[in-house]
Amino acid sequence: MEDVVPLLLLLLCVSSAAAQLCAPDASNGYKVRLSLLTALGDEAYVWNDSEMFLFRAAMAFAMRTADGQNYNVSNVLVCDETPRVSFWFVVTSPLNSSLLVERRQVEEAVRKSRNRINSAFLLTDNTLEFLGIPPTLVAPTPPSSPPWLIVFGVVMGAVGAGIVLVLGTSVMQSRREKKKAQTGFEEGEEESRAEGNGAASDSVYNLSFSDDDRLTQM
Amino acid sequence: MDTPGSAEQMQDDEPKDIAERPQWDNQLQYVLTCIGFTVGLGSVWRFPYLCQTYGGGAFLIPYFIALVFEGLPLLHIELAIGQRLRMGSIGVWNSISPYMGGLGVASLAVSFLISLFYNMIIAWILWYLFHSFQSPLPWRDCPINLNHTGYVSECEKATAVNYFWYRETLNITPNIETSGSFQWWLVLCLATAWCLVYICFIRGIETIGKAIYVTVSFPYLVLTIFLIKSLTLPGATDGLIYLFTPDWETLKNPDVWLDASTQIFFSMCLGFGGLIAFSSYSVQKNNCERDALIVGFMNTFTSIYASIPIFAILGFKANENFNKCRNWNILRLTNSFNIGNENITLENYDDWFNHFNHTDPSEVKSLNLKTCNLQTFLDESASGTGLAFIVFTEAVIHMPGSQVWAVLFFIMLFSLGLSSMFGNLEGILTPLLDLNIIPAWIPKEVLTGLICLTSFTVALIFTLGSGNYWLGIFNNYVGSMPLLIIAFFEIISVVYIYGINRFNDDIEWMTGKRPNIYWQATWRFISPLMLLVVCVAYVVVTAEKRPTYNAWNPDYVNFPLADVQPYPEWVYAICVLLSVLPIVSIPLVAFYRFMGFFKKYIMDRNNPNPYQKE
Repeated sequence: MEDVVPLLLLLLCVSSAAAQLCAPDASNGYKVRLSLLTALGDEAYVWNDSEMFLFRAAMAFAMRTADGQNYNVSNVLVCDETPRVSFWFVVTSPLNSSLLVERRQVEEAVRKSRNRINSAFLLTDNTLEFLGIPPTLVAPTPPSSPPWLIVFGVVMGAVGAGIVLVLGTSVMQSRREKKKAQTGFEEGEEESRAEGNGAASDSVYNLSFSDDDRLTQM
Repeated sequence: MDTPGSAEQMQDDEPKDIAERPQWDNQLQYVLTCIGFTVGLGSVWRFPYLCQTYGGGAFLIPYFIALVFEGLPLLHIELAIGQRLRMGSIGVWNSISPYMGGLGVASLAVSFLISLFYNMIIAWILWYLFHSFQSPLPWRDCPINLNHTGYVSECEKATAVNYFWYRETLNITPNIETSGSFQWWLVLCLATAWCLVYICFIRGIETIGKAIYVTVSFPYLVLTIFLIKSLTLPGATDGLIYLFTPDWETLKNPDVWLDASTQIFFSMCLGFGGLIAFSSYSVQKNNCERDALIVGFMNTFTSIYASIPIFAILGFKANENFNKCRNWNILRLTNSFNIGNENITLENYDDWFNHFNHTDPSEVKSLNLKTCNLQTFLDESASGTGLAFIVFTEAVIHMPGSQVWAVLFFIMLFSLGLSSMFGNLEGILTPLLDLNIIPAWIPKEVLTGLICLTSFTVALIFTLGSGNYWLGIFNNYVGSMPLLIIAFFEIISVVYIYGINRFNDDIEWMTGKRPNIYWQATWRFISPLMLLVVCVAYVVVTAEKRPTYNAWNPDYVNFPLADVQPYPEWVYAICVLLSVLPIVSIPLVAFYRFMGFFKKYIMDRNNPNPYQKE
């Protein structure tokens, strides 16, 4: 009986210490928020203790990758779980379990392994949020040549070819007509000259001849 | 009084006198070209906006009245005189009365100035078209800033669509005084636009007539596709109800009547000289009354037909934004009160909100939840380039298969603009050919090329950083007042100087029947009176307030709201010049002719010629 009481007291101390280490708005902690239904819809899994265990393991993995020290699942403390699902977590140092790891170090670790943590839960940067750690934006890789210039080139090429074609056909047509006019129709030319009062060769509608009575008052 | 003998003699002389004048391959080409000219970008992006601003279905009433009493009579006159006198605008007005020759010059000047900025709009359409072949569409996301910490601040404050239009397309300067430099990508697009126009316009109506089959029918095809698609989108009915719900109160506002009259007027492209040019290539014995009615009604039908899918899609966009707003609120509530993910839905949002308001009102207040109102989102419509390049592009992002819709939409706009450009350019080419100032050894291909090259060079001012502001000036000052004045003088010249009886005889000779009482009444009294009232009202309305423009200024306090700036003095002088220069030729030519006549009169008095009839 006498051994139990100090053990109980110790447990109480430890748990209260743990409770003091991890609390909402802790200075070295981060709030995590998951949106399972938004990300996965019908295929969403239920958030339970096993999933929480996975999270703590993933965080330990991230800390190990960033730090090199041997972090364990027990070094990641979680509290204030809500049905949202959201919770706070802190990371304790593997050397001293009452010492919290600095905020910045945790942030670095999370950023480094963000992709791995996301994939462990089949979530994305938007659906697995670390409040206070904005996701690094991935700049889209600029294509080697802007696609619009390609379309522009195609259109201009087609139009240019079309213009050359049309101009070419009209040049050929005028050459053909010139040849025709030179070889034949010399008598025809004289005939039309006598017939049309000189108006035939003009392409102008001769106003002064036919429209005169339209302009004068009657 | 007309002597039928002389008219028929003219008919016989025609094949020899006017053997060189080109002709339409068939009447369908001619009517389609006129329809294509009148149905332009305004049918798609100005009419629906006016309909929505002025009380939906109720706007159709002043619109139809303006069509019947102003649009159709003027249309009939232009088609008839072009067909009868077989010349472009300068020749036609010179024939009708030498004193009115200035009208033709005015039409020529207006057509030239309008084709400058109209093709710039087509260049913008091409730019968007070229960019529609990417996935995702480039106006969907904001670009990331240099140190990868977030999005470009200008884009974050405004929306990605706005940023793409104002910054990546126009690279617009904060005000009109800052000219900026030539934007090389816009120069390329403008060159493409002019080359495309040139290849269709290269031999005048010969090539236009072939191109028109595609450019006129394609928009109707695309509009039908959009109609079917848009009616399946959620929120489409909201948009349509919003568009067509008549608000009879607006009919009491004189602005509605003024806007309806001017819209009919500009939409029918009257006073450009393009319609006169087109009808001058037609056969003389053609029923121009039927053509006028067909063109007029097709124009109105297309405007109404286009506004249905436009507004269905705008309703869809408003619905999307409304849901986004509400979902944002839901997320705020969920995160703040740590309720299960997606427990709050759009349907039960109100219940949850009330519950939290009761239990913890201070917390709810601190969340700064947005008030989401569908009406506000529906009101966010626009006209003109704003509709096509901002509002519609945003709607297209939300539609599945965005690239297809974007490509279809911009090709449709391109066809609509191209067929209108044909009319503008024929309004320049035909009078120039008729004036006979072009030496005969210059082939038509070179002449059309020169016109396109000159227009391209002058239009380079629209590729500057401040180009959009200058385009707005051209649009407001060239494409409005001068046309009204030209049209007014047109109808006065034909009815009172040429003589309405002579005109009736001409039409009887051409179509076989005399115009009925409707045409007589509108030509003699109703249309001139209506035009005069609209002219005066327009001048009064535009002159009474200091003109301002909306500038896109990222440093503005209330950015992204538009920075409303007044025009500086020198710009205002240019505006006035643009309005006055085209129409100054009307009095100038009349005065010049009068001086010539006066001189001749004095000379005849002093040296009487016995051979001349007294």
